[in-house]
Amino acid sequence: MADTTSNDAFVEFDRVQKSYDGENLVVKDLNLSMPKGEFLTMLGPSGSGKTTCLMMLAGFETATHGDIRLDGKSINDIPPHKRGIGMVFQNYALFPHMTVAENLSFPLEVRKIGKSDREDKIKTALDRVQMGSFAGRRPAQLSGGQQQRIALARALVFEPELVLMDEPLGALDKQLRETLQFEITNLAHELGITVVYVTHDQTEALTMSDRVAVFDDGRIQQLAPPDKLYEEPENSFVAQFIGENNTLEGVVKEIKGGYAVVELDGGALIDAKPINVSKAGERTRVSIRPERVEYNKERLSPDAHTLKAEVLEFIYMGDIFRTRLRVAGKDDFVIKTRNAPDQVRLKPGQQIDIGWLPDDCRALDA
Amino acid sequence: MSDVTDATTANQAPTPDDAARLADSKKAGPVLAADGTPLKRSLNRALRRQKLRALMLVAPLLIFVLLTFIAPIADMLFRSVENQIVSETLPRTTDLLGDWDADAGALPEAPVYKALYEDIFIAQERKEHTRLGSRLNYELTGVSSLFRKSGRKVEDMGEVYQDQFEDLDEFWEKGENWNQMMGSDDWLADHAAWNEDSGDRQPRFELRDDIAELLPETAAKYEIFANFVQVEDEDNLYTEDPWAVVYSALYDDLTGPNAAQIANYSGFGADKLQAAAAAVSEFETVDFAAAFEDIDKDWSSMDVWQTIQMYSPKYTSGYFLNAVDMQKTPDGPALRDENERIYGTLFMRTMFMSLMITGSCILLGYPVGWILANLPARTANLLMILVLLPFWTSLLVRTSAWKVMLQQQGVINDTLVWLGVVADDSRLALINNQTGTIIAMTHILLPFMILPLYSVMQTIPPTYLRAAKSLGATNWTAFWRVYFPQSVPGIGAGSILVFILSIGYYITPEIVGGTTGTFISNRIAYHISSSLNWGLAAALGTILLAVVLGLYWAYDKIVGIDNVKLG
Repeated sequence: MADTTSNDAFVEFDRVQKSYDGENLVVKDLNLSMPKGEFLTMLGPSGSGKTTCLMMLAGFETATHGDIRLDGKSINDIPPHKRGIGMVFQNYALFPHMTVAENLSFPLEVRKIGKSDREDKIKTALDRVQMGSFAGRRPAQLSGGQQQRIALARALVFEPELVLMDEPLGALDKQLRETLQFEITNLAHELGITVVYVTHDQTEALTMSDRVAVFDDGRIQQLAPPDKLYEEPENSFVAQFIGENNTLEGVVKEIKGGYAVVELDGGALIDAKPINVSKAGERTRVSIRPERVEYNKERLSPDAHTLKAEVLEFIYMGDIFRTRLRVAGKDDFVIKTRNAPDQVRLKPGQQIDIGWLPDDCRALDA
Repeated sequence: MSDVTDATTANQAPTPDDAARLADSKKAGPVLAADGTPLKRSLNRALRRQKLRALMLVAPLLIFVLLTFIAPIADMLFRSVENQIVSETLPRTTDLLGDWDADAGALPEAPVYKALYEDIFIAQERKEHTRLGSRLNYELTGVSSLFRKSGRKVEDMGEVYQDQFEDLDEFWEKGENWNQMMGSDDWLADHAAWNEDSGDRQPRFELRDDIAELLPETAAKYEIFANFVQVEDEDNLYTEDPWAVVYSALYDDLTGPNAAQIANYSGFGADKLQAAAAAVSEFETVDFAAAFEDIDKDWSSMDVWQTIQMYSPKYTSGYFLNAVDMQKTPDGPALRDENERIYGTLFMRTMFMSLMITGSCILLGYPVGWILANLPARTANLLMILVLLPFWTSLLVRTSAWKVMLQQQGVINDTLVWLGVVADDSRLALINNQTGTIIAMTHILLPFMILPLYSVMQTIPPTYLRAAKSLGATNWTAFWRVYFPQSVPGIGAGSILVFILSIGYYITPEIVGGTTGTFISNRIAYHISSSLNWGLAAALGTILLAVVLGLYWAYDKIVGIDNVKLG
């Protein structure tokens, strides 16, 4: 959030608050700034305020407090139809009484663009989403994926610089979703448009975005590129919400040489990177990704702390093995190992020692 | 069938089951079920029970609708062309009139008047001549009183013959003698055995065969007479003397072509018959044409005879012509005089006012439907109760309330005068005219517009409007180009409901419509209950039904009935 005041900001939320009932804030003090051409995803559980933010940006909701700026100008008082922001809805919102071509023609007609220009633009837009031969169809004659492509083409046909997408792939099946994720990101980068994308699907957020804003409780919990978000979560909510995560609770014993020694509730000691802890005696949650856990002693550094673990369950998943362990009294500790020829397949009941590099282990807020 | 099986099984690894099925379906002929019966038949058998049960469940309603709705409507529609009363009441006259050519300019010949005498005589005994008079009066004014007058006087007309026969011999005075002469032996025996006080049914009169051949006219009239006495009056035939018309028929028979054979007759009263046959040549005769002219000179008017001739057929287009301001003339259908045309204007007015009412309902109902559809469910339900509130009040009460509101000294005029909008001496005429009907009926029919509008609007998601606005449309464009087209099915459903209801509306126009604000239905009601011209009422109703069906068809062609949604 260091770049909130940068000068090249295209979209800017400045201390924005929103309340529907005058008692509870749905969005609490939102500060966000996006450069032009960025693909930013708002990710969060339902009710976290992400859709409200999107609607405020589109102009369908007004901010209770604060300023929303687009290209340097405040848009608080500009009605939605004058903002020139493209929008894709979850249920597509294609006009059922118009053909595909008429749907695409609509934003051009209201902008009073000439007929031949309109036809060119519609053709380009449809070709861009590989739907060129569907111009004469009605939305009801198209499949969900096709409808979403048309909705995308319609949001892009009038060449907006900013496009908002509200869970556009939520209603599609997994395979189609993955194809379209890829197509949408490609298109966005090709056209150089700025995209604000709302979703509750973290895989979608990670694969598509330049940056992800994780929302919870009306605040941005972390705003970072996907890799940073996954590998360096700043608090336990983000660590839990993004990807699979193992959590061990304990108290900071001491901080030395850039690492914290944490005494787990079971009594064992482990090393972790201090993120949200600063002094001994603080309670903490230690977070470690399943794929960073090692039980092959040869791969561990000799001075690393190890923990005793008992194998509870071994699941063969094809490309990986997923093993559930009992560690420090908790039996939901999961490790993932690659299916390599030399990999040991653990058996339930087996006692093993597990360990990790201290850099992969993060001591977060309790 | 077999192709499908092949295609589906071809893609899968064959199982023994599949192979068996494959072999089955490859055989020529119909697909068989497991027990060897054709699959189609066993499917039908399986479905028959279900169908029967479904039919039994709807049967009570089906029968109820058939008996109380379809049948009366069909009967009413039939009345619009039915015209049996003329040929049933005047069978002989209409029969003879068939050959009469009105264009020749001459009145019908004597036999027609003779037949008319017989017909009217019998009709007045049965008291049917006044009904026929009222029926023909719809077509030609004055016929009703003509028939009533003729009915009164026709009794005396043929008495000349009765008197002469009775003067000739007392034999002809006695009903008993007539019975002996005309009745069959079986009947006579039965009648003799019958005890009048026993309460048993009187044996029905049977005609003797040979007398029917010898005296055909007399026998026919006597049979009618006997039947009438026994069935209608329930009197003992032995104590009744024949009608005068029987004597005139006897005169006809005795002077007719069979007269020569009377000499060979040997049955009961043969001598009296032969004596009478010898005497009839001396009898004074009656000129029926002149006699009818005596009763009323209208009987020598071509119009009366033409009307009777034109309405002789069992079915007539007369009611329908009448309903479209035309009439039957000898030269075919022709428009009525300008001042006699009323139904065309009434139909046009009904259409126009129904359209006005439908239009006002759309204008007033659309915003209400919109508000209801866009409010939170709780508030919408509360407002919906207000919309439905009029349904809980009597139609008459609501209409009468409008009378109070709209009259010249009424609430609305008073308010307008108080506000200074209109001067006290130029109060608006809001009732007993078209304005009154339109205002009151718009109010009464409004819920029928709001309900379908509301239920259609409820199904239009608000995201469409948001999408339109995000694409750059102003509020109005978004509404007009995106929301409105999707609400058209609701407008269609509401309009059809309101228009069809208003086109047949009766009570409200009757109360607040005055003379200029009434509908065709008011005229239909008048013909049903006051003028009793049911045929014309039925014809008007049939036309109204045809117009409604026609409009429905046109609506289907233009808008498409699939576009009508009630929810």
